[in-house]
Amino acid sequence: MPHRIQFVSAAIGILILAAVFQLIRKNRLLEQYALLWIASAVLLLVVSVWRNLLEKLAAWAGIYYAPSALFLVAVFCGMVIAMHFSVVISQMKKQNHALAQEVALLRHEVDRMRKPGRGSNRAESAGKAGRRKPVQP
Amino acid sequence: MAAKRTKFGRGTHARGFPSVLAVVPAFNEAGAIAGVVRELRGVRPRVDVLVVNDGSLDNTAETAKRAGAWVVNLPFNLGIGGAVQTGFRFALDHGYDAAVQVDGDGQHIPAEIPALIAALKSTRADVVIGSRFLDEPQGYTTSPIRRIGVRVFTRVNSLVLGKKITDNTSGFRIFDRRALVFLSDHYPQDYPEPESVILLGRNGFVLEEIAVRMRERGSGKSSISTLRSIYYMVKVLLAIFIDVFKTPVEREG
Repeated sequence: MPHRIQFVSAAIGILILAAVFQLIRKNRLLEQYALLWIASAVLLLVVSVWRNLLEKLAAWAGIYYAPSALFLVAVFCGMVIAMHFSVVISQMKKQNHALAQEVALLRHEVDRMRKPGRGSNRAESAGKAGRRKPVQP
Repeated sequence: MAAKRTKFGRGTHARGFPSVLAVVPAFNEAGAIAGVVRELRGVRPRVDVLVVNDGSLDNTAETAKRAGAWVVNLPFNLGIGGAVQTGFRFALDHGYDAAVQVDGDGQHIPAEIPALIAALKSTRADVVIGSRFLDEPQGYTTSPIRRIGVRVFTRVNSLVLGKKITDNTSGFRIFDRRALVFLSDHYPQDYPEPESVILLGRNGFVLEEIAVRMRERGSGKSSISTLRSIYYMVKVLLAIFIDVFKTPVEREG
């Protein structure tokens, strides 16, 4: 006789899979970030259906009531996903900073080029190759 | 590096003086920035002045520009590290031999810059730090907690680097091109000064200090309040602790 929690967690697994599938199909989620979700949902599904595996896992982890091992699996998956996001956010923040710096520097160059003779010296337009160092007025 | 080059091989100034860019990070410094820029423009031999406006809400940018500085406007606030790094990238793009960091609040005295340049030229240092504590170890600091902080950083950084740096929190520093190339890719973002000492030291850069005077800052104007000092110290110490376990970055030349 299976526990009701097994049906519930299996349903949640299927729901996540369906949601991820739908999000990818509508171009709202990149496959790259969907992989962990799919892996988590499948893992949840497997341990929900395969009672024996869940019981072995629970025994190994010292959990007396096997179905509560399901929570452990779910929490673990959630933490892995959250950590993955933290890494991605850090990376994006770095790129974002580099972009902001590059935009600011380019903006400065553009402004100077737009008003020759003001804020930069005329010799600059003499056609020397590369970015020459301007002279401060 | 291909041919052996003197440190200031690309110097463009007369009498072999290196070309130096003063990088001034500024966040809401409309009150002080004009004075800082004017003082910097008065430095001889001359340095070019770049104010990096770090998303100020006041008219820091206009004030600085009117005082005769170049102004780079960051689209949003990056924090002091990101602002200074923008200046480093500018210096590299435009072929400067060295960049000197000067705070936008008037705490640093531009008249001391020639001494920093001279020290960079006469020693084999890549970075010269203007220190408040080299001559008088007690120096001035505004609060006991900050004095403790300064002492902790000195201890920790000495331990890690095997070389005593007396003023790890000083932002008054000059960097040669080699250091700029490195820092334009690796520069701590939030409170960069103490951590960058470790980063530079552990990556084979030579740091030196010279004694400089600094102006006292009104205690109300300090960018770091007492409570934040603790947060600041914990955060920077953690960063330094992790830096110790980082493998030095591969560098060419």
